[in-house]
Amino acid sequence: MATVSTAAAPMFARAARAEAAAPAQAASARKPIDITLNVNDRDHQLAVDVRTSLLDLLRDHLELTGAKKGCDHGQCGACTVLIDGRRVLSCLTLAAAAAGRKVATIEGLATNGELHPMQQAFIDHDALQCGYCTPGQIMSAVACVNEGHADNDADIREYMSGNLCRCAAYPNIVDAVKEARPAMKTASRD
Amino acid sequence: MRAFIYQRANNPADAVHGAAAGNDAQYLAGGTTLFDLMKLDVIRPRTVVDINPLEGAYGRIELGRNGLRLGALVRMADAADHPDIQDQYPVIAQSLKLAASQQIRNMASLGGNVLQRTRCSYFRDVSYAACNKRNPGSGCAALGGFNRPHAVLGTSEQCIATYPGDFAQALIALDAAVEIAGAGATRTIPFATLHRKPGTTPDQETTLRPNELIVSFLVPAAPWTRRSLYLKVRDRQSYEFALASAAVALDQQNGVVRNARIALGGLATVPWRAHEAEAVLRGNAIDERMALAAADAAFAGARGHGHNDFKIVLGKRTLSRALQQAAALEI
Repeated sequence: MATVSTAAAPMFARAARAEAAAPAQAASARKPIDITLNVNDRDHQLAVDVRTSLLDLLRDHLELTGAKKGCDHGQCGACTVLIDGRRVLSCLTLAAAAAGRKVATIEGLATNGELHPMQQAFIDHDALQCGYCTPGQIMSAVACVNEGHADNDADIREYMSGNLCRCAAYPNIVDAVKEARPAMKTASRD
Repeated sequence: MRAFIYQRANNPADAVHGAAAGNDAQYLAGGTTLFDLMKLDVIRPRTVVDINPLEGAYGRIELGRNGLRLGALVRMADAADHPDIQDQYPVIAQSLKLAASQQIRNMASLGGNVLQRTRCSYFRDVSYAACNKRNPGSGCAALGGFNRPHAVLGTSEQCIATYPGDFAQALIALDAAVEIAGAGATRTIPFATLHRKPGTTPDQETTLRPNELIVSFLVPAAPWTRRSLYLKVRDRQSYEFALASAAVALDQQNGVVRNARIALGGLATVPWRAHEAEAVLRGNAIDERMALAAADAAFAGARGHGHNDFKIVLGKRTLSRALQQAAALEI
C-alpha cells in the first residue's frame, strides 16, 4: 500500500521552491510532512502524518480540545473553526491544506480573561445543555454575525443549520445570537 | 485511511502534470466530498493534488453582457452571496444557498460541487459488496434494498443512485458550458454532456478524461435568466439533500411562455434537463393545469423502485409549484 511511484519526483522539486508556507513535499506517503500553522495568533511548526485532519491536529497535537469530534464526516458542525475568518469544518479539512493559514478556535475567543460577547450570551441565555456542540455553535455564531447572516430569526436558523444540537437548545441559541449581535458590533476587537 | 502523497499545485500546469505523474491522483479543492470518502475508504487515491493555491487563476466571478463566468475555485458561499448573481441569475444563487451548510459552502468549490458523489448509502458503505458504481460488476444493493432516496429518472438495471447536487440543475437549465484544462489545450463542452447516465457502466460518472481539471463554468446571458428560481423539497427545512427539486427559468411575454428552461434534482441519476416539459409550455400561459401537464410530461418515463415511488408524485408537484411561482415573479 505504501509503495509510491517515483515518477512524481520532478513535481516535488518545482513545488518546493514556490511557496514558503507550503508544506514540505513528502517523498513517501508514510513520511510525516512538516507544516507551519498559525492557531489563535501563534505559529506552530509540526510534523504530522499526511492523513491528519485539522481537527485531529488541533486536538491531538496542540491539545486544543475545544473543537469537538462529533461525526467526523461534516454532518454535525461540532468541529467548526475559523480559517482566515471564515467558518469551516475542521474534520473535513486536511491539515496539510491549511498550512500557512490563520486558524481561530474557541480557545482564542476570550481576550484577557474576558469572555467574547457570544460566549457570554450563550451563558446568559442557557443556550446549551450537555455542551458538547457548544464550541462549534459559538464559532459558527460569531461567523454568522460577521457575515451579516444574523439579521432575523429565520436567517439565524438557516445559517446556523450546520450545527446540530442533540439537546435541542435551538430556541435559546437563536436568542443568544440575537443578543450578541449588537454587542459584537460595539466590541472593538470584532 | 490509506496513506497518500500530498502535492500542492502552484500553477495550473503543475496541477495537471502533477496529477498525470501521480498514481490514482485526485484533485483536492474544498475536500468536503474527497476527504469524507477517503475516510470511508470509498475513494483511495495514492496522490492528492491540492489545487487551492490556484484560487487567483480560477477563483473569479465575472459578469458581462454575454453572460456569467464562474471560476471552478469560487466557493459556493461567495457565488450564493453575490448580489449580481442573486439579481440576474437567481436560480444559481438559490441552488447554492439551499445546499449544505454555511461551513460547507465556505469550503466547497463550484468545480468540486458538480462532481460530488452520490449519497447512496450502499455506495458510501464499503461493507456492502454489491455496488456497481464502487465495484463494477458486483451488483446493486439499492435495487432490492432501502431505496427511498434513490432516483426515478435516468436509472438502469445496474444503478439507481441519485445525483445529489443542486447547483448542477441551475447550470444545465441555463445551457451552461464547462471549461476543462488537460494535458493539451483547454476544451469547452456543454454542461449537459459532463455527466453520464449510469447505463451499464455506473462507475463512469463523467466524460472527463484522466487528470482533466474543470476550470470554469460559462452561463450565457438569456431572456429567461432573471425569471428563474430553485425550489427544493426535503425531509428537513435546511442542511439536507433534495427529495425533489426544480430549477426553472422562463422567458414570458404578456403572460405567455416564449421559452422555458427546466431541470430536476434529487430525482435522477444525473443533472436532469426536462426538455419534454419545456415543449409543453412553449406558447402557453402557465396556470395550475398547464403546470401539471408539463410536470406529467417531465415524468412520463419515470420509474419507481418501491420505497421511492412517492417521488414521482412529489416531483410532479414540486415542478408544478416551481413553474407557477416563476410565472408569477415580479421582475
